[in-house]
This record gives sequence, C-alpha cells and structure tokens, in this order.
Amino acid sequence: MTTAVPEPGPNYSATTHAAAGPDTDVVAIAPDPEVAAGIITETPLEDIFDADIHAKAQDLIARYPMSRSALLPMLHLVQSVQGYVSQEGIAFCAKQLDLSDAEVSAVATFYTMYKRKPCGEHLVSVCTNTLCAAMGGDAIYKRLQTHLGSEAEPLRHNETAGTPNEPGSITLEHAECLAACDLAPVIQVNYEYFDNQTEDKAVALVDALQAGKKPAPTRGAPLSSFKGAELQLAGFFPEDERTYRRDVDGPSQAVETLRGAKLAQDRGWVAPVAQDVPLPEVEKK
Amino acid sequence: MADPITPVLTKRWLSPNSWQIGQYEALEGYTAVRKALAGTPEQLVQLVKDSGLRGRGGAGFPAGIKWSFMPPNFDKPHYLVINADEGEPGTCKDIPLMMADPHSLIEGCIIASYAMRSNHCFIYVRGEALHCIRRLNAAVREAEAAGYLGENILGSGFDLKITVHAGAGAYICGEETALLDSLEGRRGQPRLKPPFPAAAGLYAAPTTVNNVETIASAPFIVNGGSSWFREMGREKSPGPKIYSISGHVEKPGQYECPLGTTLRELLDMAGGMKDGIPLKFWTPGGSSTPMFTAEHLDVPLDFEGAAEAGSMLGTTAVQVFNETVSVPWAVMKWTQFYEHESCGKCTPCREGTYWLAQILERMVEGHGTEEDIDTLLDVCDNILGRSFCALGDGAVSPIQSGIKYFREEFLALCESNKRELVGAQA
Repeated sequence: MTTAVPEPGPNYSATTHAAAGPDTDVVAIAPDPEVAAGIITETPLEDIFDADIHAKAQDLIARYPMSRSALLPMLHLVQSVQGYVSQEGIAFCAKQLDLSDAEVSAVATFYTMYKRKPCGEHLVSVCTNTLCAAMGGDAIYKRLQTHLGSEAEPLRHNETAGTPNEPGSITLEHAECLAACDLAPVIQVNYEYFDNQTEDKAVALVDALQAGKKPAPTRGAPLSSFKGAELQLAGFFPEDERTYRRDVDGPSQAVETLRGAKLAQDRGWVAPVAQDVPLPEVEKK
Repeated sequence: MADPITPVLTKRWLSPNSWQIGQYEALEGYTAVRKALAGTPEQLVQLVKDSGLRGRGGAGFPAGIKWSFMPPNFDKPHYLVINADEGEPGTCKDIPLMMADPHSLIEGCIIASYAMRSNHCFIYVRGEALHCIRRLNAAVREAEAAGYLGENILGSGFDLKITVHAGAGAYICGEETALLDSLEGRRGQPRLKPPFPAAAGLYAAPTTVNNVETIASAPFIVNGGSSWFREMGREKSPGPKIYSISGHVEKPGQYECPLGTTLRELLDMAGGMKDGIPLKFWTPGGSSTPMFTAEHLDVPLDFEGAAEAGSMLGTTAVQVFNETVSVPWAVMKWTQFYEHESCGKCTPCREGTYWLAQILERMVEGHGTEEDIDTLLDVCDNILGRSFCALGDGAVSPIQSGIKYFREEFLALCESNKRELVGAQA
C-alpha cells in the first residue's frame, strides 16, 4: 500500500491524508487487537482523590486572586497523596482549575520537584554543584549510588531503592545548589537539611532510613516522609498545635550560620548606634 | 569608620527562638512598622532613596528608585512580590535569614507594601527551603493574630495580606519575570521587557519584585534613618551586607560586614585558608559572577569595586577554592548546572549551554584540543548579550573568566590528550 506524498500548492488540502481515503483501522491490523484497543480507547481518568483533597484544592484556589496561581501548590498537593505527579494527578488539577491536561502537564514537567515516577518513602537529595562537589558531595553521591544499588548497577538519578511508597524505600537524586554552601557538603532528606556530611555519615543516614528510623536533621523539622513534606509545600501544616510548634521550632541555629554575629559579639564589634530620627519631609503632591 | 562586622540583619540570630514573635517584639521588632504607618508612602520611598539601599539579589538596582516606579493610579491592584528563590550557586544568605528572623522580612513586607500601596504581598520561596516556608507561614500566622497583618493594621486603615508560595525547583524562577510567570501557575520562563513589572507584572498589574535581604533591611532603615545606614559601606554602595563565605576556609559562615569589605579581611575573620592550602580562585557573588584569583584579595567587595575589577558583586556568595581544585573541572560543573537550568525559551542559551557542557566534559575527560578553547569562547560570545535573560550571561562568566586566568590549565588538558594521540600512533 502506498500513500501519495502531498505536494504543497493550491490544491494542498486535496492531497493531504484526508484526501487519501479513510484512516487505516490500526486496531484491526495490530498483532493483538485486544491490547491495541485498550491503548487507543480514551478512558477518562478516575478521580482517586478523596473529599479532603478536594477541599484542600478549593482552599488553595481561594488563596490567590487568580485560580491558576494555585497550580504549583496543587501539584505539590497531589504529589503528597501519590508520591509523584501521576496522570490522574494532572487530570485532577486540570479539572479544579479549568485547564486542559496538556496545560498542566507542561507545568508539571518543567519543575524538577515534581516527580514523574512513584518515589520512595524518603527522597534523598545530594548537592553535587561545584562547591559541595569539591568538598566531597560528588564522592558522597557516588557512594550512595553503589550503596543503595550495587557496584555493578549503581542506583541512578531519581531511581528508588526498595518498592516505591513502601516503608524504608529511598529515592536518590543529585541536586543543584541547595543554598547551604557554608555547611557543605549537604544532603536533604525530604527537604530537611543534613549539613556537613561525609561519605560515612551519608551511608549511616540512608541505612537508618531503610531500617525505618528517622534521624534528626541538623536544620529542619523532625522527619516525616516525602509525602508529608509535599503536603507542607502545598501549604498545609499539622493541625495539632504541639506537632505544629515542634516542626516550626525544629533546629536552625547552625554554628556556621551564627559565626559572624558571634565573632562580632566576642570582639565587641557592633553596627553604628541608631538614633530615632523622623521620616524625611516630602512635598505633598 | 564602622566596625569590621556590623550585625544588623544577623544580630537577632543569636537569640534563642529568634523566629518567634515574642522574641522579635522583645528585640525592637514591629516598632518600625508603627513609625512607617504613621508617615506617608511618599516619605518611605524618599527615605529608602536617601538611604542608597541597593537590591541585594545580585543586580544592585537602587531599591527606592524601583519603588518609585509604581504608578500612582489604582485601576488595577498593586503587588509586592518577594524573591526568596535563592538558588545561585554559592548563595546561602536568604535561607538562614528566613529561618532565623522571618518576622524581619514580614515587617519589611508591611512597610514596603504600604509604601507602594499594595494590599497583597507574595513571598515566593524556593521549594527546597521547606523549613523557611514553615517558619514564614508561622510568622504570618503570628503577625495576623497580633494585628500586624489583615485589615486596618494598627488602626492605620491599611490592609495587607501575605501569601507564602512554594516554588518547585527551577533556578530560572529567580529571574523576576520568570518568577511572576511561575507565580501565575505557568512554566517559569522570562518575559520580554518592557513592559517592566512596575507597568505590567503579576496578573499584568503594577508589581515590584524585591529580594529578601533588601526588604528585611527596610525596618532598620525606617528606625535608624538614611544617615545611620550610610555610616556603613561606601558612598555608592552603602549599608551592611551578609557575606556568605564557603569552601576551603577554616570557618565558613555568614558574616555581615559593611559593603566594600575585601576578601583579605573576610578570610581573616573566617580563620584563613583551610589547612593552610593556598587560595587559587574564588567567586565574589555566586557562579554567575566572573571568578577572581589571589590577585584580587584587596578588591573592595561592593557594586563598584567588583565591577571595576572585572566581575560583579552579585549576591556576595564568596566561594573559596584552594589549589587542589581544577579550574576546568569547576567550570564544567557550573556549566552543567546552567545547562540543566536553562529554561529553553531562547536559542543561544538553550543550545549554547548544551554544547558548552559537552565540550567541557570532553576536555576534562582528556579528549580536548586547543581548538576547543576557541570554540568555547566563540560560543560564549554568541550567548553573552544575546540570550533572553541574564541566565545566559551568567553561564558564560565562569568559562570566560576561567580561561582568562587559567588558560594554561585548559591547555594542559589538551597536552595530555596530544601525548595520548601520539602514543596511540606510535
């Protein structure tokens, strides 16, 4: 069977595929028509999100003057349910915001924090940007790749050791600068900081995570899970006051952070003393 | 002459629970907002102009002038957007600030919003900075409960709502127009300017985008006045600045010094080079600012000083590398970063960073030729000034400056390759 090659020109439309006759029935000629039918048929995606998530989505929309601004937090929200942004998640956001699935997909695929495959219970991000890499970040990442995978098959970027979503499973990624260069090399677990890492410390950290333990971050809240972190990124924090306060009050005062202020205190260095001066006079317009 | 370290923004960081409103109020917090709301927006804009405060996000644009660009008419709402998408390699000042003293940013937002007649302020925080997002949300909640946010703040008739918004991992969203697109729920790609955000920013309404450190400075300027602020720093670059010293030094950390402090002085405070291994190269303000060498120890690190010496002040992210680090390797790593973060909107940056990374990877693997150096510089010339936004310009900085100061290291990589080729033929 030959198909006429369309020629550009005034009769273009007459020579396009539409003019070549009816479409080929691809399902009929497929090796396994039953499988082919399942792929071709458009089945509307199931809404797998419960009433609580629907309510949270509406809450997000209400926070912005224009609904579409809620898209980034909403993608974090669906990720907090499934551990990644699935097609169902995309369809859910599209429906809430009256966008097409394609518009939501375009956004979801642009940002690195939206994962396209189910993630582990924990997401381990190793900074391998220049400064951390020079301080040992590259070596840490390589060590974790073989430790979580094997010498023969090191775990690759965004791959998961263990079964995604199961307790103790870990997704590993190399990250760009995590803005903690004075504490290099750094790792984040579910976006909480583990500063001043070494290969051995990093191995002990992932071993603990795999054993179901939750080591305390050097800066950040007590670890929950990747999904738990995503819920907070969506803008939803623990409702229980004690847990909320415990998270907010998680440590942050690293020695490095305070070094300049401490040195000034020790040496008696201060900023000039401010006098209470009135605001400048301006002519009324 | 001000002291070597002038803790203003970093002063409260030493206090226990410095992020809680009680502690903040006990340490003069929320006094500036009372003074500001008793004045007029025009007075505040004039004050910030007089202070000479320049944008702390890298570009150094005078903040008061930027504020004055907001139009006087109200046919559309005005917005203040805080750029808290800290991601420039080496930069780590805003994240500790938001963790340690989130209320100073909130108070700055109230003052700046009042000055620009905005009733809705957004803080766009980098997604990976979860603890900052948490602390800022808590600070907003506390400030609302205390009457510093919401309707009729402190009886002034001024209303303000602050929304903390998490990003999702894209360096380009630190570019102000890409940030606005992202905040509108789109891919974070920069917009053509003009129109500038003051004319058509968020939702095409008048918008000002300011960095965290810039806005957190506002309460101190309101309380201390412009002359006080100018007692620190230099004539054209006044005020204190958080220098983030990282890498091969004994005591890396955050050092808030008057603008114009030199690396020699900073190294002295940071305990010198780690293990005494000599300095090789450093960045004055992140990877997008051309690198310096040991020749530049006495360059005053302010906007003019860094520019006169052939670089830029950037974010004062001082990354220090000793003699053990290969320059071509470091340049390759940075270039891989720009390649990954290029948004793909414009051809010079998208294609250029892609090819630059491959050439550098080949060179570092020992398969480069001398011609590659010329090719790198040629590609850089085709990106610099020709890309849509400053990401492209930043991407060429490490390459051009690396070759300028360390050409022999790039040549040495080609030499070993040459020997191997000869060896293979023999």
